[in-house]
Amino acid sequence: MKQFVDLHLRPNLGETKTIENTISKASELGYSMVGVSLPKNVKQSTRHLLKSYCDNYNLGFVTRVDLTPKSPHELLKSLREIRRKFEIVAVNCTTKPVARQAAKDQRVDLLVFPSINPRERFFDAAEGKLSSKANAALEIEMTPIIKLQGVPRVRYISCLRRELRISNKFRVPIVVCSGATDVSQLRGPYDFASLAMLFGMDSTSALRAISMEPCSIVKRNRRKLDSGYVAQGIHVLRRGKN
Amino acid sequence: MYQLFGEYGASQTGLYKIAYDSTTKIAILRCHLNALDMVRAVITAITEINDKQVVLRVLALSGTLRALRKKLQ
Repeated sequence: MKQFVDLHLRPNLGETKTIENTISKASELGYSMVGVSLPKNVKQSTRHLLKSYCDNYNLGFVTRVDLTPKSPHELLKSLREIRRKFEIVAVNCTTKPVARQAAKDQRVDLLVFPSINPRERFFDAAEGKLSSKANAALEIEMTPIIKLQGVPRVRYISCLRRELRISNKFRVPIVVCSGATDVSQLRGPYDFASLAMLFGMDSTSALRAISMEPCSIVKRNRRKLDSGYVAQGIHVLRRGKN
Repeated sequence: MYQLFGEYGASQTGLYKIAYDSTTKIAILRCHLNALDMVRAVITAITEINDKQVVLRVLALSGTLRALRKKLQ
């Protein structure tokens, strides 16, 4: 049975009703795990609340942080502080130096290019090469495809088409997610997979991008954040008395 | 359909409405099998009908009306 994961929900954390509605809708639509975007300094009580909502609707809860650094130096500083506190670290690449640094860094899980302007999307061949070595995945949000109309949507889809070509060339994993801020922007996993064909993804790759790829990133990070983790391939199974 | 795929794309779908129940707000549509992903993408992308905000979902797919009605029950 495929496990569908939406790694990017952005409900307003101040409105508990919205959060609960969004999580319940995600469960109804067939997702088994959701990632909620949290601020860097999130309180434990908020985390527990979100976890409890997810447990009520039989959803796995993944903690995620979205960094929007202004410089590579700021990115490195943020990563040092927060890497061990969140299961998924996504970087909004708003400048080229930040995009390059994020692609190189193995602590970054997802590369996000939030702008719909093609000149402000820096995922090119060099970026693809760097991210494939560092195991960073490219995140594609579906909400802009739903919300935009006319020429902006055409531009956005053509950007995605170009980025998909680069990802395929350098074997950069792609993660498809909703980026939903409320219930109206959520769609089922098969619906998003159909939307993904607009920018050239075939159905197998699209379903993989919404199931296996995000699952494997979450699994990998949970293993690394486990207390028994020492290094890649090395785990503490049992501790002796001395 | 026209916005996303234009007249040429729309002509490839063979899309038409079979039934619509206004109480349950469930519609049954038919399209060519080859155009299924296209039609699904269009349904997902619809956000407004007659100036009203809407969200459409695909509930079930089937090759025959009988099996579809059984699934919907």
